[in-house]
Amino acid sequence: MKKIKILAIILCMAPLSLFAAGSGVELDKALIDTNDQASIQRGAKTFVNYCLTCHGASFMRYNRHRDIGLSNEEILDQLVYTGQKSGDLMVSAMRKKEGEGWFGVVPPDLSVIARSRGADWLYSYLRAFYRDEATTTGWNNLVFDRAAMPHVLYQLQGEQKLVVKGSGKDETKNLILEKPGMMMAVEYDRYVADLANYLVYIGEPHAKKREEIGIMVMIFLLGMLVLAYALKHEYWRDIH
Amino acid sequence: MSTLYSSMIEWIDKRFPLTSNWKAHLSEYYAPKNFNFWYYFGSLALLVLVNQLLTGIFLTMNYKPDASQAFASVEYIMRDVDFGWLIRYMHSTGASMFFVVVYLHMFRGMMYGSYRKPRELLWLVGMAIFFVLMSLAFTGYILPWGQMSYWGAQVIVSMFGAIPVIGDTLTQWILGDFTLSDAALNRFFAYHVVTLPVLLVVLVFVHVLALHEVGSNNPDGIEIKANKNPKTGIPVDGIPFHPYYSVKDIVGVVVFLMVFCGIIFFAPEMGGYFLEFNNFIPANTLQTPDHIAPVWYFTPYYSMLRAVTVNFLWIDAKLWGVILMAASVVVFCFLPWLDRSPVKSIRYKGPYFKIALTLFVISFFVLGWLGTKSPTPLYTLLAQIFTVIYFAFFVLMPWYSKIDKTKPEPKRVQK
Repeated sequence: MKKIKILAIILCMAPLSLFAAGSGVELDKALIDTNDQASIQRGAKTFVNYCLTCHGASFMRYNRHRDIGLSNEEILDQLVYTGQKSGDLMVSAMRKKEGEGWFGVVPPDLSVIARSRGADWLYSYLRAFYRDEATTTGWNNLVFDRAAMPHVLYQLQGEQKLVVKGSGKDETKNLILEKPGMMMAVEYDRYVADLANYLVYIGEPHAKKREEIGIMVMIFLLGMLVLAYALKHEYWRDIH
Repeated sequence: MSTLYSSMIEWIDKRFPLTSNWKAHLSEYYAPKNFNFWYYFGSLALLVLVNQLLTGIFLTMNYKPDASQAFASVEYIMRDVDFGWLIRYMHSTGASMFFVVVYLHMFRGMMYGSYRKPRELLWLVGMAIFFVLMSLAFTGYILPWGQMSYWGAQVIVSMFGAIPVIGDTLTQWILGDFTLSDAALNRFFAYHVVTLPVLLVVLVFVHVLALHEVGSNNPDGIEIKANKNPKTGIPVDGIPFHPYYSVKDIVGVVVFLMVFCGIIFFAPEMGGYFLEFNNFIPANTLQTPDHIAPVWYFTPYYSMLRAVTVNFLWIDAKLWGVILMAASVVVFCFLPWLDRSPVKSIRYKGPYFKIALTLFVISFFVLGWLGTKSPTPLYTLLAQIFTVIYFAFFVLMPWYSKIDKTKPEPKRVQK
């Protein structure tokens, strides 16, 4: 939390850098399992530790996390840092004006980000930051060119460098790890995948329940179909 | 019990035409006995209409038609309202499925010549329903106030601006503001939940009345009323709608519900076609998305709107696009008078009609697909070619339907 605040203060000077569209980089597949509650829980902790400072998830309530196997006490203990109640919405601690001043743009709410971007994009994006002195934050992103967001997780991943080979059509862009971080590459990938999994979860908290009910509905309709067909067959006997 | 029941009915019948209407529209409404697969979609459209009305009422209870709250209120419905997600998915899936069943219903009419005499008015009322449905879809899609809601509406509203002289004033009058904003959201909400649904229900009622006056067409395109039992006066190929078609339609309803629920419960976004991914981003009036695509059911017309790229006569390309787009929908109204074939059904029509209809369906799908893509020179060329084919189906119909080699119609309906 503290580190991010320091980082945010450094970024006070950041002038306008609008959210541009994603470039045509091929995305990596996020290997996530939406039934893996432990993974979603880990993602939740990462989210409140790193993301929630600037980004809200303001359509999501803390106590909704009971759905992923946390008790009310655990929610208050592990997820709520700002003295809010468990029934409160997960709003960002940062004011909109401040965000605009620091980053040039209000950091978007992440409640439904996975529904517009998709898990693969989020997974790839969070792994694609590299050092770029040409930008105001000192960071750039291969998936999202000139993203306004600096690399918040750089202490974990380390610092990457962009290596461009060839030119024109044969141009290839690769990222290599220049300064290792606290995590191995595999660990970091897992860590980010958990976060992506969590974002998918908060995008539609009822998704699992929806599918469970769906199966029951389909079984019911199958039974209905048999009855409806039998009824029709019986009535239509005398039509030739 | 039975005497109590019959005396109750008698009491009502003296005050309200209950039994006579029950007979006229259900138990003694004689429908041809040879209805096939294509004849399910009328009753299914009615089912989807009821679904939209009911789920719509519940959505209205928590939705806020306010530009600063609309997006959040939809997510509130999705998360905090009990089964709100189900109600919302039923409504959003219902919107798309409404178009699916109505397109199939219209295609049935085109195949079997259901628009021909004496069903011209029935067809025209149906077209009016289609126009109201399109308006409902448009006004409804604005309500979540996502990026696609906003910018899609921006595209549609800008079409009014293309009208010469009065365009700008008309646009302001429609929007109630100089730009698309809260004022427009409020009035579109009013149209979507009051004006248009009332109009739709009335038109559907008129549609059914008109149908029951002239009687249903059938896959053979012959009139069952032309061959009545001399004793009873009942068409020999007719069977009472109730119970025969009521029980048959239940089977159709269950099969339809399996598809409908399959989408609702397992793929509510339908790969971005029913709920567009970009519409999960709140409307941002300062940031135009790279690519604006309407929902799938409008994409064929959207393709035709974009297909005109040159100014022609004294009218500029944009206005031509708007004219062409309007014409592409209105042209269906003229079908009863464009078709000069001596037979109604595709079963007895000749190869010209079959080829023309096939090309029309292909062009509808290709234009629909192109409408989801960003335009490139190749795509624009394709859109132009298929727009020509689309209109050729209608414009050339008086000619090819007349010279086509038709087969003789049978006297009785076939299996």
